[in-house]
Amino acid sequence: MTTTAHDPGAPSAENPGRADIRARTLRRDRWWLAPLVNALGLATFVVYATIRSFWGSAYYVPEYHYLSPFYSPCFSASCVPGSSHFGTFLPEFPAWLPLALLSLPFLLGFRVTCYYYRKSYYRAFWASPPACAVAEPHGKYTGETRFPLILQNAHRYFFYMAFLISLINTYDMVVAFQSDAPDGSGRFGIGLGNVILLVNVIGLWLYTLSCHSCRHITGGRLKHFSKHPVRYRIWTGVSALNTRHMLFAWITIGTLILTDLYIMLVASGTISDLRIVN
Amino acid sequence: MGYRAKFEVWRGDSSGEGALQPFDVDVEEGEVVLDIVHRLQATQAGDLAVRWNCKAGKCGSCSAEVNGRPRLMCMTRMSTFEENETITITPLRTFPVIRDLVTDVDFNYVKAREVPSFAPPEGVAPGEYRMSQVDVDRPQEFRKCIECYLCQNTCHVVRDHEDNKPEFAGPRYLMRIAELDMHPLDVRNRKEDAQEEHGLGYCNITKCCTEVCPEHIKITDNALIPMKERVVDRKYDPLVWLGKKIFKREELEQREATGQRSLDDAGPENGSPLPADSIGPVGS
Amino acid sequence: MADTSTPDVVHHTYDVLVIGAGGAGLRAAIEARMRGKRVAILSKSLFGKAHTVMAEGGIAASMGNANPRDNWEVHYRDTMRGGKFLNNWRMAELHAKEAPQRVWELETYGALFDRTPEGKISQRNFGGHQFPRLAHVGDRTGLELIRTLQQKIVSLQQEDHARTGDYESDLKVFHEFTVTELFKEGDRIAGAFGYRRPTGEYLCFHAPAVVLATGGIGKSFKVTSNSWEYTGDGHALALRAGARLINMEFVQFHPTGMVWPPSVKGILVTESVRGDGGVLKNSEGERFMFRYIPDVFREQYATSEDEGDRWYDDADNNRRPPELLPRDEVARAINNEVKEGRGSPAGGVYLDIASRRTTEFIRKRLPSMYHQFKELADVDITTEPMEVGPTCHYVMGGVEVDPDTASTVVPGLFAAGEVAGGMHGSNRLGGNSLSDLLVFGCRAGAGAADYLDGLAGVPAVTDEAVDAALAESEKPFSVRGEENAYTLHQELQQTMNDLVGIIRRADEMEMALKRLAELRDRIPRVGVTGGRAYNPGWHLAMDLRNMLVVSQCIAMAALERQESRGGHTRDDYPAMDENWRRELLNCSLVEGPEGPQVELAHQPQPAMRSDLFDLFELDELKKYYTGDELGGHRADQGV
Repeated sequence: MTTTAHDPGAPSAENPGRADIRARTLRRDRWWLAPLVNALGLATFVVYATIRSFWGSAYYVPEYHYLSPFYSPCFSASCVPGSSHFGTFLPEFPAWLPLALLSLPFLLGFRVTCYYYRKSYYRAFWASPPACAVAEPHGKYTGETRFPLILQNAHRYFFYMAFLISLINTYDMVVAFQSDAPDGSGRFGIGLGNVILLVNVIGLWLYTLSCHSCRHITGGRLKHFSKHPVRYRIWTGVSALNTRHMLFAWITIGTLILTDLYIMLVASGTISDLRIVN
Repeated sequence: MGYRAKFEVWRGDSSGEGALQPFDVDVEEGEVVLDIVHRLQATQAGDLAVRWNCKAGKCGSCSAEVNGRPRLMCMTRMSTFEENETITITPLRTFPVIRDLVTDVDFNYVKAREVPSFAPPEGVAPGEYRMSQVDVDRPQEFRKCIECYLCQNTCHVVRDHEDNKPEFAGPRYLMRIAELDMHPLDVRNRKEDAQEEHGLGYCNITKCCTEVCPEHIKITDNALIPMKERVVDRKYDPLVWLGKKIFKREELEQREATGQRSLDDAGPENGSPLPADSIGPVGS
Repeated sequence: MADTSTPDVVHHTYDVLVIGAGGAGLRAAIEARMRGKRVAILSKSLFGKAHTVMAEGGIAASMGNANPRDNWEVHYRDTMRGGKFLNNWRMAELHAKEAPQRVWELETYGALFDRTPEGKISQRNFGGHQFPRLAHVGDRTGLELIRTLQQKIVSLQQEDHARTGDYESDLKVFHEFTVTELFKEGDRIAGAFGYRRPTGEYLCFHAPAVVLATGGIGKSFKVTSNSWEYTGDGHALALRAGARLINMEFVQFHPTGMVWPPSVKGILVTESVRGDGGVLKNSEGERFMFRYIPDVFREQYATSEDEGDRWYDDADNNRRPPELLPRDEVARAINNEVKEGRGSPAGGVYLDIASRRTTEFIRKRLPSMYHQFKELADVDITTEPMEVGPTCHYVMGGVEVDPDTASTVVPGLFAAGEVAGGMHGSNRLGGNSLSDLLVFGCRAGAGAADYLDGLAGVPAVTDEAVDAALAESEKPFSVRGEENAYTLHQELQQTMNDLVGIIRRADEMEMALKRLAELRDRIPRVGVTGGRAYNPGWHLAMDLRNMLVVSQCIAMAALERQESRGGHTRDDYPAMDENWRRELLNCSLVEGPEGPQVELAHQPQPAMRSDLFDLFELDELKKYYTGDELGGHRADQGV
């Protein structure tokens, strides 16, 4: 037996007395499928989100007030007029800086430190492990005990920020129900873009509120639910959502891409918004 | 409706050396993998070693890997396999093998001993314990554990890295810490210990423990992640730290709840009231 | 592969040996250790896997949390009625009085029972118990009990570690260890011998006190809810050490075991299904139990379905449904329905909770049952009825002990739990087993500690005895085996199941005794292949001789008792006979020309203390007692 490659299945001084079974796994099902699909899904999102965040245009539809979530909130003087719902107290940005500089790092951090996505990318990209009862290729493993992965413990701060950003996204969504009349005044209107924005915001709330940190903060940290009936009820609700955290994580990847793509296409004039009311 | 199935069973001894041995064996309707192993014992291999007890999924003894997947043999129905499929049974990979399908699971007993026991509230007499069902619901889920050690076996932290065994208690015993931390009347603070003594930080929540749990306990979502969050409260949350410094809030909450002293106090020893020197062999 | 050299024997010295790590064994070990003794626990399976985990329903203790009218006297009456007044009255008294304390104590060890709205321990209904009395955790109470005691042991070991630096200095568990022999010096216990199952290594324990807590004998029967460990080891060890077994004819067949699929036949379906509203129906859809209420219980049970159904909500003003009759009654009724052709396809009857309770209720109250049927039989009990039939569940008989100290007639030998006899009389009530384990486990630990405190000198184990025990264990390796242990075991089980089963007849039992005698000749010819390390063939060969001697005791006692009572039903003597209530049958081993033989003898049942006697109404006692025994009753003294 050569010693050049680490083979965790083989007995060695490291694995004293274990059954000598050399195969990396004896699983015969398609265990590689889930990590593959996860890797493709996550990679798609990362690539799309990176490109669009740095794109710098086609993120706002002025007549319907549609603002892409990748550009909210837009605080820079470089932002397209009207897209800054909370003012432009930051100077112009050079082209290589994403306009949502203040929110994107937190949104990224929220998802990177998310307990579900951690499972997904540890398995899909790190192969740590690739699937249950399939040996991982690494010789050494320290998990989240030291830098940098110990920073995963900061998840709840990203949750706090993501909560605020979800409020902003909600505001963006509400504002978009006001479209510009031909005379320049505002009036109520609904287009397909509104529906998409609404679905996206609902998805974002479900994802944000079903977060494990949220579950902990709202009630999980209590030793005695019986002494805090209101928080217990909130915790019960969050817990119910929490069981679907994975689902919401993937749904929001879809809705974020869809929302941004739709707004990009409308803003760039490639398609026109399907109007339902005004 | 019976048929003849092909089996491969790992046979070997405590040196770890061994091989898969092929068998052709009858299968009857409604049988589970453990029935087939017993038939092998009775008809073809009288000394085939297998550990089992209740044969009803309640004791957690007959853990093994069936077609590479950690399972209880008594809860793996033969009807889940194709009739022409070769079924491979191997011992748990993470623990030293004793013989054939039996492994030495003492690692788990060592880890169990390292978790400080329930620390009862002082001055509450037996019979005076009062707990609400909503408060015991959470730890009760974890007490469904039948200690089959499938989670301990599957967790890659020790399965793929023998050298992590000293530092890492494994999902079952991290869950035990969570259980005690959520026990309405336990007075010991267990959060820092979970991280520093029992290796909670090694867990990267990849959820294999939950996937293999035959009791369907949500180990990751309900025990490990909440425990990680509780550790953050104590170790990594400046706001909570500040709040504690200023208000001593958590301690108040604890004291009010259990009629107890400081949360940081290890709690009373809960055993015999005997002085040490009264223990010893008879007649010595 | 067989190693022919004489293996080494490793020696250990302890104060108390506890054989068995179920509820009784662990409670005894805790008590002995808390009283300052060095204790070793010898357990056949892994620590924490004992058969106690299979107990589902709960622990009977009259805490009065669910109904404040409950108290130890009511519990005592229920226990005696359930056992048809054949119980050892003193054991039943101690049991009823001490059970609540033993349960509350578990909470200080960390147990988490289901709660009442006031935060007390919730208590549920069970067959034969007048009030809701069973402390429970869903339907996995046995698991909670074993885990709690296991964790208490660990807690004591942690204390020892803090003091001595060694977790195992004063309390050590030798798990996967089989005891094959007890040693005596003169008439006193001196130690025990056995082997480690994983390695085959032989150990000799030098200890002046031994607590037997080995459980039951179910593996002598084919259809049983018991696991492989239940081979009657403690019963056989006690016999060989010179102690007596009593009441061995009383074997409880639990009315509801699974009957399909065949491979799980016998696995238990908890009585809580009925306690929580489940009803028994035959293939014609009839709730047949109303036809099977015996006269002695006529006043306590509902006679109409309406009344039975009302009882679940208003127990004070209605009588309980007959599905909750004591286990022997229900088992016989099911047996009869099937015999008369009203059974289910797989040879059982239907247990239906699906049509009577909501899905949420069933899944909350009976999670393991839901799980068990879903995974083993692919049956969803929230939508379909279960198929159930009787299964060998528990032996009421066992080692005769002194109620207060759990000591046997052999000085230094104690017994507690299922291996001890007397407490349950002719039939055990559901829930009384777990409380029995705790009450008498504790008393056995205390009894052993007291015995040691009064012991003048430590009895010694002789080398000859060790050599003999070693030779006995080695024998199967040297036999050129024409007999297969597995085949003999199957024959033994079939014999007991068919001929000494739930309904018994003299000719069948005579046949059984003949077959057992044949097996007795064949068992020494069992040979094994392979080495000593984890060799199940060898293990079974060693256990077979225990199962055989226990089976002989059961068959002989069953043949002798010419009446039907509790767990003993004679087709040829269908009525209960009050004259037999005064008689106990005991078994002992006596040296005969062909080695030790089981001998059966009669002994009188001790008379109940008068204040306990007075707890019953004279009318009720008349159903069980002969006229001349009733003289001392309060009603008779013109008060």
